[in-house]
Amino acid sequence: MVDATRPPAPSAASDAVPPEVTLGALFSGFSRVGLSGFGGVLPFARRMLVERQRWLSPQEFNSVLGLCQFLPGPNVVNLAVCVGSRYQGALGAVVAVLGMLVGPFVVVLLLGLLYSLYGELHAVQAMLRGISAVGVGLILSLGVRMLGALKEKKVYLPFVVLTFVAIAVLRLPLVLVMGVLATLSSIVAYRRIRRAMAALDAGEGA
Amino acid sequence: MSGILVQLFLHFALLSFLSFGGANALLPEIHRVVVHQQHWMNDATFTHLYAVAQAAPGPNVLVVTLVGWQVAGVAGAVVSTVAMCLPMSVVIYFIFRHWERFRGAPWQQAVQVGVAPLSIGLVFSSGTLIGLTAGLGPGGVAATLATILVCLRFPKLHPLWLIAGGALLGLLGLV
Repeated sequence: MVDATRPPAPSAASDAVPPEVTLGALFSGFSRVGLSGFGGVLPFARRMLVERQRWLSPQEFNSVLGLCQFLPGPNVVNLAVCVGSRYQGALGAVVAVLGMLVGPFVVVLLLGLLYSLYGELHAVQAMLRGISAVGVGLILSLGVRMLGALKEKKVYLPFVVLTFVAIAVLRLPLVLVMGVLATLSSIVAYRRIRRAMAALDAGEGA
Repeated sequence: MSGILVQLFLHFALLSFLSFGGANALLPEIHRVVVHQQHWMNDATFTHLYAVAQAAPGPNVLVVTLVGWQVAGVAGAVVSTVAMCLPMSVVIYFIFRHWERFRGAPWQQAVQVGVAPLSIGLVFSSGTLIGLTAGLGPGGVAATLATILVCLRFPKLHPLWLIAGGALLGLLGLV
């Protein structure tokens, strides 16, 4: 999910933003993104917003996405809120989110209905078992990629391990784990950032 | 019935505030609440729903839609999805215009940097937990490892191909 922002931005895409984006355009644009996104919608969202419609420049996209990743909640839904509200206010935000979710919502319920009708069949269970195995692989490879992008591993890798042990091994509630570990890791990060800034100031003063 | 809808809403709204790292990072907690705490469904159904959600397009958050649907029908699906998306959408809407002003502030950087390793730990937990509840045999573990290798080697490959491949392997009785 995070690496969608990594590839260098196409140079032509930073041109002027189209003056008006209608509610209909927001709905259909985000519908297309939602319905084409399998196993992660973010790359499709970037392609639509930055390269095809040019509703955001590459820099704006990174900045808005930074906000969406900084706060909890589904990143792509948060992204739709930002883009929708930018062009059409509160109504635009609602329409963009609905566009993103309604199509996939219907599709996933239809699949769920098929599952409830045929889920007992041996062949269906076998297929779902195969899909689960692949799904686990997709999640773990996402983890590996995120781990590769983690900076200052010596400092922050222990927090990865602690989170894993607390959740996957000890099965502690997420509220507790996030409350304690996010506070600790943010304090560590804050101190390191302040120290780096102080060192920078001292370096400039000398 | 409406009692269940309220419970679904409260559980998922609370979870939405903790979902750093996307819905995948939330799977262990959803599993804990839905299977162990509330006994709304068993392990097998939970993994099946996860697999069904994988085969559908759209944001990962839709696994919650299916869980809600399994618990309380279409109303449950709507309530769960809204609970997961609405609270932070409202927060984001009001914060969006002020975000740029705080850009680069040390506290903002610190939280951003601090939360990153936790999301990674959560994603690994999700993969492990789904794998365990799915009760993957040797064939399943091999398919999982193969998926990881293919994903890392060919990052541009559309995941749908892998999902279709998984379904095929399952159908052939290899997983």
